[in-house]
Amino acid sequence: MTPAQRRWVSAVGIAGLAAFYLWGLSGLPGFGDYPGPYGFIVLHLAVKQTFATGIVSAVNFDYRGFDTVGEEFILFAAAAGTGVVLRRLRGERERSAVDEAADRDVPATSDAVRMVALLFTGPVMVVGWWLTSHAQANPSGGFQGGVILATAFILVYLSGEFVVLKRFSPVALTEAVEAAGAGGFAAIGVAAVPMGLAYLTNYLPKGQFAGAVSSSGTIALISFFVGLEVGAAFILIIGELLEQTLLIRQGDR
Amino acid sequence: MEYFPFVVVVWILCVGLYGVVTSRHLVHQIICLIVVQSSTYVLLLGVGYVTGAVAPYYFDVPVHTPAVDPVVQALALTDVVVEAAVTALLLSFAIQAHKRFGTLDPQELASLKG
Repeated sequence: MTPAQRRWVSAVGIAGLAAFYLWGLSGLPGFGDYPGPYGFIVLHLAVKQTFATGIVSAVNFDYRGFDTVGEEFILFAAAAGTGVVLRRLRGERERSAVDEAADRDVPATSDAVRMVALLFTGPVMVVGWWLTSHAQANPSGGFQGGVILATAFILVYLSGEFVVLKRFSPVALTEAVEAAGAGGFAAIGVAAVPMGLAYLTNYLPKGQFAGAVSSSGTIALISFFVGLEVGAAFILIIGELLEQTLLIRQGDR
Repeated sequence: MEYFPFVVVVWILCVGLYGVVTSRHLVHQIICLIVVQSSTYVLLLGVGYVTGAVAPYYFDVPVHTPAVDPVVQALALTDVVVEAAVTALLLSFAIQAHKRFGTLDPQELASLKG
């Protein structure tokens, strides 16, 4: 099929899909007329039941906790898959970082970039932990916090060299942290079963004040483990992708 | 304009799909796939929106203030992060395809034997 034919066939198909999709969506209640009741029931019960004021976190880590375990393991599998796909293949060997185009004028990392990256590494780390540990209070949680924690390590890379990033986040340690995060979430859920409760029941004391750091029982704890998992997964993924620049195929030179 | 957000959903989905089908570069194709997926965020958040309501956080507003549906927000939230990781996996496939076949054009790749 030529590209032009492909374009026309797909345009017809997509136009048909768009028509049916619009037709289907027009049967939904209009924008802003959410009919409930599920969301409203959760909103009314969540603060009383879980002592979390961040209702999205309460849904994520408690009411729909089982679903989130699945999501988390998709992330885990994707990170592991990236590592497997980017493993060193036959005929590839690692070399030290050299410039591919030696005649190109490469500006050294400027002091400004280095300075800003170094300045932000600490605060970004703090923000990441703050988000990870405040899932029960406000719009934060392990997923957001984990990504920001990983960003702190990327700033380390920006401020220096790849080698420095590797020293700050050795693969074995990062993998262990990722496994602890993923396993911790699952283990918190399993721990409910010997108590005669359903998987992922929120069995810890909920605290005194809704939205306090110590409140909401397992929600805060799960968020912490999710933060570890997400942060470590992204550090691993980025490390793997960066490492690709250090590989050459045998026969290239 | 009550249905306008849903029209946007369909538009984003179709633009992304068209990009996936006609793409001549794997990285571009992966980005088109992300565009397709973005339509689900707009759909989810559009479905759960309540006119005049606050975000579903009762930290500094009284409990029982009308708020938007937290369930769809939770779905969108996990999806964003998972999607980023899945994108990294797809990109690593693109790297390996380029190493093996020396091209990133999906239409040339299709005519090659694995």
